[in-house]
Amino acid sequence: MNAVVGTGTVMSLLGRAGVGPLAVISRVDFVTFWVCAVIIVVGAVGVVLSRHPVHAALMLIMTLFAVAVLFIEQDANFLAAIQVIVYAGAIVVLFLFVIMFLGVDRREDLSHDPLRGQRVVAPILVALGLAGVLVLGVGAHWATGAHSVVGPARGQPGGDVAALGRAVFTVYLFPFEITVGLLVTAIVGAVVLARRPSQPAVPDDEAATGDAGDPAPSPPPASLRATDAEVPGAPAADARTEAVVAGGSAPAGSTHTEAVAPELGAQAADARTEAVVAGGSAPAGSTHTATGVTEPGAGAGSASEPGAVREEVVS
Amino acid sequence: MTVPGSWYLALSAVVFAIGALGVLTRRNVLIMFMCVELMLNAANLAFVTFARMLDDIGGEALVFFVLVVAAAEVVVGLGIVVSIFRRRHSATADDLHVMKG
Repeated sequence: MNAVVGTGTVMSLLGRAGVGPLAVISRVDFVTFWVCAVIIVVGAVGVVLSRHPVHAALMLIMTLFAVAVLFIEQDANFLAAIQVIVYAGAIVVLFLFVIMFLGVDRREDLSHDPLRGQRVVAPILVALGLAGVLVLGVGAHWATGAHSVVGPARGQPGGDVAALGRAVFTVYLFPFEITVGLLVTAIVGAVVLARRPSQPAVPDDEAATGDAGDPAPSPPPASLRATDAEVPGAPAADARTEAVVAGGSAPAGSTHTEAVAPELGAQAADARTEAVVAGGSAPAGSTHTATGVTEPGAGAGSASEPGAVREEVVS
Repeated sequence: MTVPGSWYLALSAVVFAIGALGVLTRRNVLIMFMCVELMLNAANLAFVTFARMLDDIGGEALVFFVLVVAAAEVVVGLGIVVSIFRRRHSATADDLHVMKG
């Protein structure tokens, strides 16, 4: 409906402006424009009507690509590339990222209307505005007799990229620098908004220290129990003390296991308990050996190579 | 000869109207953002069309700036959406009446 109105007014505009009949337009341009126009309008309607935000984002990509094609059609090659790269490549991906991040939210209560009659009045207002713009566009004269401030777009050396660069870095230098401030503000704003409030940060720290501190106290009882169970085997106790010495002195796990393995002999169960202990108190082992507590030291010593100990014992 | 610029302007007006309709009628904040992007794109199309019709590179330079503004707006807007969503687990515009007068 809208498109029909648009073409009708445009036809009359064409006739009035004396641009010429349709036959003058080359067929390629004509087909390109109409295909892209249909894609753009369908995509825009799809963005508005789709229930699913992901579908809306994909429709938006479709529209953006068609707009990029129309940019190329109008000799704005650089802007078409920027359109594809920045809009379709960055902005819509950001949209999709946020949609996925938040979980797809399909709840949209359209029955409840806080501003009464808005859903009825809004389309009427928009249609009136569109009709007003089109009617004014047809009825008004082209009063833009303004001369080019920056320079012509066509026929420049270096094409539109060079012309655009000259414009941005000479005449529009000050706006360009203001965009720098805008981007910095946006970055700072995004960082501030995305930061979690400092409330959860404290438990996080505590959890981190607790990770190092909590399991360290717990293994000693376990290892004590293990020694209680294994005490009957006298060689086992021997091997244990050896392991303690090695573990306390050396971070080099290989020599330690070599020292332990011959002594252990057939005490596979013993080695296994050691390995289990080792698994518990990995990070805090060094401080415990420093204080001279032997049992956790053993645990920490074998913690460096629990797998190696087990393998050697099995063989 | 290429398609006359007035066709492009009419298309741009239609797309802008569709985007405005979406902003006014939808409730999902993300889709409202996408509709704002549609409106910005319609404006870009009009700028490029004017740049071609008047043979002035200034229109294209303005599109460049609109792109920058759109990128910044999306970054901040989506940051706001994320922080709202973290507080109340929905992104519906009707629920956001904290600053209601």
